[in-house]
Amino acid sequence: MLDIPTSTEPALLERTGREPLHAASHLRRLEAESIHILRETAAEFRKPVMLYSIGKDSSVLLHLAMKAFHPGKPPFPLLHVDTTWKFREMIAFRDRRARELGIDLIVHTNNDGLSQGIDPFTHGSARYTDVMKTQALRQALDLHGFDAAIGGARRDEEKSRAKERVFSHRSAAHRWDPKNQRPELWSLYNTMLAPGESMRVFPLSNWTELDVWDYLLAEDIPIVPLYLAASRPVVERDGALIMVDDERMPLLAGEEPRWRSVRFRTLGCYPLSGATVSTAATLPEIVLEMMASRTSERQGRMIDRDSPASMERKKAQGYF
Amino acid sequence: MSYHEAPTIAASDAPRLEQDDRPTLRFVTCGSVDDGKSTLVGRLLYDSKTLLDDQIDALASESRTIGTTGGDFDFALLVDGLQAEREQGITIDVAYRFFATKLRRFIVADTPGHAQYTRNMATGASNAELAVVLVDARKGVITQTRRHSHILSLLGIRHVVLAVNKMDLIGFDGDRFAAITAEYLTMAGQLGIPQVQCIPVVARDGDNIVTASARMPWYTGPTVTAYLESVDVSGDVSQRPFRLPVQWVNRPHAEFRGFCGRIASGTIATGETITVQPSGRQTRIARILTPGGERDRAAAGESVTLTLTDEIDVSRGDVLTAGPAPQVSDQLAAHLVWFDDEAMVAGRRYLLKCGAASTGAVITTLKHRIAIDTMAHENAATLDANQIGYAHLSLDRPLVFEAYRDDRDMGSFILVDPISHRTAAAGMIDLSLRRATNIHWQRLAVDKSVRARLKQQRPCVLWFTGLSGAGKSTIADLVDRRLAELGRHAVLLDGDNLRHGINRDLGFSTADRAENVRRTAEIAALFVDAGMIALVALISPFRSERELARGRVETGEFIEIHVATPLAECEHRDPKGLYRKARAGELPSFTGIDHPYETPQAPEITVDTSEMSTDAACERIIRYLRENDYL
Repeated sequence: MLDIPTSTEPALLERTGREPLHAASHLRRLEAESIHILRETAAEFRKPVMLYSIGKDSSVLLHLAMKAFHPGKPPFPLLHVDTTWKFREMIAFRDRRARELGIDLIVHTNNDGLSQGIDPFTHGSARYTDVMKTQALRQALDLHGFDAAIGGARRDEEKSRAKERVFSHRSAAHRWDPKNQRPELWSLYNTMLAPGESMRVFPLSNWTELDVWDYLLAEDIPIVPLYLAASRPVVERDGALIMVDDERMPLLAGEEPRWRSVRFRTLGCYPLSGATVSTAATLPEIVLEMMASRTSERQGRMIDRDSPASMERKKAQGYF
Repeated sequence: MSYHEAPTIAASDAPRLEQDDRPTLRFVTCGSVDDGKSTLVGRLLYDSKTLLDDQIDALASESRTIGTTGGDFDFALLVDGLQAEREQGITIDVAYRFFATKLRRFIVADTPGHAQYTRNMATGASNAELAVVLVDARKGVITQTRRHSHILSLLGIRHVVLAVNKMDLIGFDGDRFAAITAEYLTMAGQLGIPQVQCIPVVARDGDNIVTASARMPWYTGPTVTAYLESVDVSGDVSQRPFRLPVQWVNRPHAEFRGFCGRIASGTIATGETITVQPSGRQTRIARILTPGGERDRAAAGESVTLTLTDEIDVSRGDVLTAGPAPQVSDQLAAHLVWFDDEAMVAGRRYLLKCGAASTGAVITTLKHRIAIDTMAHENAATLDANQIGYAHLSLDRPLVFEAYRDDRDMGSFILVDPISHRTAAAGMIDLSLRRATNIHWQRLAVDKSVRARLKQQRPCVLWFTGLSGAGKSTIADLVDRRLAELGRHAVLLDGDNLRHGINRDLGFSTADRAENVRRTAEIAALFVDAGMIALVALISPFRSERELARGRVETGEFIEIHVATPLAECEHRDPKGLYRKARAGELPSFTGIDHPYETPQAPEITVDTSEMSTDAACERIIRYLRENDYL
């Protein structure tokens, strides 16, 4: 009567070089906590949605959601805010994953911004991010009336995120008020909302970047191939390696795309995502490289560099 | 087997990686403002080589521009991540940071020192297994140290590191350290914190943080890091009885009905018998689905989906249990830490969340408040923000729980203000005040709240008690008319009239009088279930019978109205000539003459028609209903 496989994948050890996780392991504990948060969200909100950014954290989040509601499907759709500047491989991966898993995928683009011709090169990353990401997200949440948006942010990513609750309240104007957050004790979440207010929910709050990679490896979770090293055309700009993903990227004087073996630690809009020189072409190699790394993943993200408190300000305005 | 799918990344020739299973210790740092909490955490991150090159570069540059340490690394900038914190050089909210040593991983919650942000300190401490309490060596144990330690003990934290910081500013004085240590240990003993390790440190310079300080050779104990790496914090909840609060019912198709939740305590295996609480129904475990696949056993901490051998009613908020029964009660006593700027109000309704269950709750009595400096229990009517007290609560429906000291997940709750939606308080259940019985009720799809919403009113019983001739029926009739004018749906149950119908078989013996009250109470409860306001006018002379009637409806649904007209006045009026007959010996067992009337001790409303008109009495009742949100 049930279409559930009844044994673990025998080939896991061969494919990943790892035994399956045991029940009391570090990653299983993180997994249990995240699944608890996802189920609370489904149970307590009228219309939740999962923000799907196609990156590795989203891959983990989606995997956890599939587990939390197995053998059913997650009782919420995915929402991707498409700036139209994502890597082409990301879009292909997104559409394939939604199809394979049979999940509703909502893609939203800020058409006002598009018709104004907002792009990351001429308008600067701050304005571009505000229009094509922050405003676009707010539009999409309002349009569909979502009262809870599940995101893949982690507390180890950035200093203002280290301060944020698992269930993070937003005003009707989508504002985060960091000085007046609700107390959040134990695993008890105050999910009460007034009309128009919403919640951001972060099931991966207590995961670190290494945990994410470790889990991707242990659970053999598909990720966008851009995370793995390959020869790609890049230019060096402001100290970062930017991949020339399509013909829209204007080359500055003296810039000549060079083919180099690179990979990405975080993925976003290609003009704003710096690559790392690497030859790590498999997940185990990436985990080994991660353990030896001396820089943080956000170093490759151009949007956090605008000013020291830029993330907090963007969040206060409704970004994520 | 759980959800799994085909791999897309081939890695068969990859190097083999061992699973990294260093255990995680979650701890919290607390203490007063400027004791150096954030500096200590920054130091731990730096010395454990957790900080990466770009983060160290950023720290160096920010220390120069906005730091408070004159160009040296200002480690507090690593954790004070909010703009307002960096501008003011204080910590407002808890920051979670991650680091690891060879032996352990750590998640540290760095919490604010200001009293006004105590709620954020409690937030950080609630999930911790250990606390590092900082004191400034120059100041020693101060009020905020006491407040934080008290909250730590209430939250059940059994391991404390007392870090006596800024030892350099007291010339590394070992005697002063010993004096502070002695004072703290005395307090910890009173609070029941079983394990305290005292360490003299200079967080800014790293003395006794990772490496032993050469400046304090008289101290021979462990460094902070060495202690954090080695302390045994295990308290094995898997040894306790099985408890699973049901979060979510998974019903993807007709053949599958699974109950999802994280196991709070104990272990469970397929085939074992479980009891669903609060209904008390029993069944057995059919299958156990875990994130790692289908298994025949699961333990505390795991998020699982269970299927049962019988189709029985289980919904979110129920608890699957095995072994000794948990507490099931709608009356409990708990420690409260008040958070909201709006003070606690006894008698006001809050929303209580415990596990996956939510229910309305009223704080019936504040038994005492803690005076932080002396730890004395003082009498108080209310709790202000950041105060601690002990209270009795009455819930709208029975809750399944354990004492907090036995089970954190099953014994903790929060109170949410139903209007502002702020988290008003955290609660730690001490004990049950009344054991609810396990009677399985026929669950009906259209319940009282649905019916009440249809009528746009809050159902309740108005129970008029008093001597014959006191004016009960007259006032009840006036209230009934007023309610009709206000468009409310009410019904009047008059004792005399009921004796012509449903109670016609009853006489006036003590047993028959009791049965008369019981039937009337049942009828009133049925009307409340139907969403109605039931007015009962009945002498009902015995306190126990009125309490029984009160118990038939939920807390807050029973309003006792004592029509307290004195006997002399009633007898003087004697509208039905009954007193005259009773005095003449024609009516034996007449209340007030040769049969007792037990005066209500705490009626919701008292009216006396010898002092006020029946219209005024009616208006007093209507006003009460308005003021208490019944109308």
